[in-house]
Amino acid sequence: MAEIVLRDIEKFFGPAYVIRKLNLTIRHKEFVVLLGPSGCGKTTTLRAIAGLEEIDSGDILIDGEPVQRLEAGDRDIAFVFQLYALYPHLTAYENIAFPLRATRESQASVDAKVRQVARSLQVEHLLNKRPAALAGGDMQRVAIGRALVRRPKAMLMDEPIGALDAKLREEMRTELKRLHLENGSTTVYVTHDQVEAMSLADRIAIMNDGVLQQVGTPDDVYHRPANLFVAQFVGSPVMNIAPAVLATDGNATRVALGGGPGFEFPAQLAGRIARIAAASSGVTLGIRPEGVLISLTETPGHIPVDAHLIEPLGAYDIVDLKIGPQLVRARTPSGFVARAGDRVWARLDPAKTHFFDAETGNSLHTGSGDGAN
Amino acid sequence: MAQIRLANVTKRFGSHAALDDLSLEIADGEFFVLLGPTGAGKTTTLRLIAGLEKPDAGTIEIGEQDARHWSAAERDVALVFQYYSLYPRYTVRQNLAFPLKSRVRNYSQAEIDARIARAAKTLRIEHLLERKTDRLSGGEMQRVSIGRAIVRDPRAFLMDEPLSNLDAKLREALRAELKELQMKLRGTFLFVTHDQIEAMSMGDKVGVLNQGKIVQVGTPNEIYNRPKNTFVASFVGSPTMNLIAAEMSERRLVAMSGKLQLPAPGQTGQGPVTIGIRSEDIRVGPQEPFDASVHDIENHGVEKIVTLRVEGQVFRATVPAALALKIDAPVKFGFNVEKLHCFNAAGERI
Repeated sequence: MAEIVLRDIEKFFGPAYVIRKLNLTIRHKEFVVLLGPSGCGKTTTLRAIAGLEEIDSGDILIDGEPVQRLEAGDRDIAFVFQLYALYPHLTAYENIAFPLRATRESQASVDAKVRQVARSLQVEHLLNKRPAALAGGDMQRVAIGRALVRRPKAMLMDEPIGALDAKLREEMRTELKRLHLENGSTTVYVTHDQVEAMSLADRIAIMNDGVLQQVGTPDDVYHRPANLFVAQFVGSPVMNIAPAVLATDGNATRVALGGGPGFEFPAQLAGRIARIAAASSGVTLGIRPEGVLISLTETPGHIPVDAHLIEPLGAYDIVDLKIGPQLVRARTPSGFVARAGDRVWARLDPAKTHFFDAETGNSLHTGSGDGAN
Repeated sequence: MAQIRLANVTKRFGSHAALDDLSLEIADGEFFVLLGPTGAGKTTTLRLIAGLEKPDAGTIEIGEQDARHWSAAERDVALVFQYYSLYPRYTVRQNLAFPLKSRVRNYSQAEIDARIARAAKTLRIEHLLERKTDRLSGGEMQRVSIGRAIVRDPRAFLMDEPLSNLDAKLREALRAELKELQMKLRGTFLFVTHDQIEAMSMGDKVGVLNQGKIVQVGTPNEIYNRPKNTFVASFVGSPTMNLIAAEMSERRLVAMSGKLQLPAPGQTGQGPVTIGIRSEDIRVGPQEPFDASVHDIENHGVEKIVTLRVEGQVFRATVPAALALKIDAPVKFGFNVEKLHCFNAAGERI
């Protein structure tokens, strides 16, 4: 069992807060990713759980026990850093075995454990090598092996694959996930890379400026972002946002971006959007590139726009559309729009359109984006 | 603006050849991206063109003239680096004016003002002109660096990973802005990066560099759809192209201990080959011919990337976000056979 509870955690550096009123429960066997830009407080939070950083107020509980007064070494938690931190003079085998040397385990038991971990990390053939002779990915595998060998209650990882090249990162992502399935240790993982967060996490906790923004499954944060920060931090290309002007005439609701022409929205949304618009100071519309639908011929319900720029990404294209004063990016099949400058017809998928309060940035929960799956 | 041509250029640092008999042509007004991993020789190429390094062999032409003996200033190319090298105590206006104040140019104050105004408008930094550069955000600083390059009319723009230090959102925005700027100026751009997305999205042409040699030059479409060898195939595209060891006999490809049998598209021959297939060209569904089990599922929001396992071998497929899958459950998969790539034992495309 290892459940980690963070209750009202606060941390200050002088008058500036690094973490503010953070509440988060990491369930037994759960893989939670702390995601955010640099300086958001995610690493400080992780280090606080590990006992490498003091907090100013709040409680950290592991399996219900407050651990603030416990030394890092007594918390039964393993830590993996971005930089491998291996002993250069020891072989991979001795590096992995190191945490067991302090215990009174028999040589046979140590050997069995090291070999088992090495097998699951596919580094058995490297056990006699020193770190200097290993490639980056293998060094990190050994570092993870050293963390796993004690079978700790929880694993904390700080950007463990951030220093690797793109291809290796992809492979390591899969390996880390499989490893977690096998070991089932409660894991807290810090990254600024939303792709890593989306692909690894059971739940993602997104932080900005020391404040927790949203906690949810990858589906939740992608399809139901709580605010503009989350909306634009998760997903690539970034979610399009633009000030929206809502107008209702009869049954139809029209939503215009900036000063541009209006898109039609279904009648059942009309009332809700109108009420929200009346209540708030302004509305910001958000839509991911895959929610912007393009037709090459004039189509009812679509408005004519110019394809300003085409970014071919191989598997698909990103087409920058000029809608009034706004640039809006659409995702299309590769080669769908032939040339930059072409006239196309666009509409916004109401099921993938989000509305936010322009002032607070909070989602207005019109429910329109909720069907997006 | 000018065309740039490198012919048989070799550059050594000690015994190490950073560039090895490299030839490259960048057309006038072209957005050329030099793409490669760290240490491939990208920055060295750029510094040779800028006149910051001298080649050990080969010729460098700028605007169809031999530029080998020109000084860096005479080459008249503008450089933008990854780290914005701005004067911190100066205002944005003073930073932009700096390259125009050189005595060789002798511009009038009115001309300088007009050029700064034009560059500032293009880059949308007009409101920042009187601000000191240490008060700017990263994106603003990089815009000012680019502004300093465009205030004069250089023969070419050379950019060394200018977007690498910016966050993802800003990088995306500046990608489009740079491409737009190049189209507006009709400038010759040489853009160096290790990021294949930047190369694909901005380049008219992409040159893939590895270990000091040009591996392939082509449009983004050519590089992605007809990679010349397994290096290009696995360097461009995300997720990485699946490369699967196979055996070709007659007109069939056999892989994964015989579990996978495919018609060899067009080629004949015998012996070991490598099959390349991109994740979006693998289909998953009950009507597909081959059996696999689900090794991993990554939710990317807009789609899922699923790692499939056959006989201990893993490979990736892109599937719709709504497709329900379970780890370690059996699934069926198939290939979009026209999109199959085939490489020989040396890794060259066949």
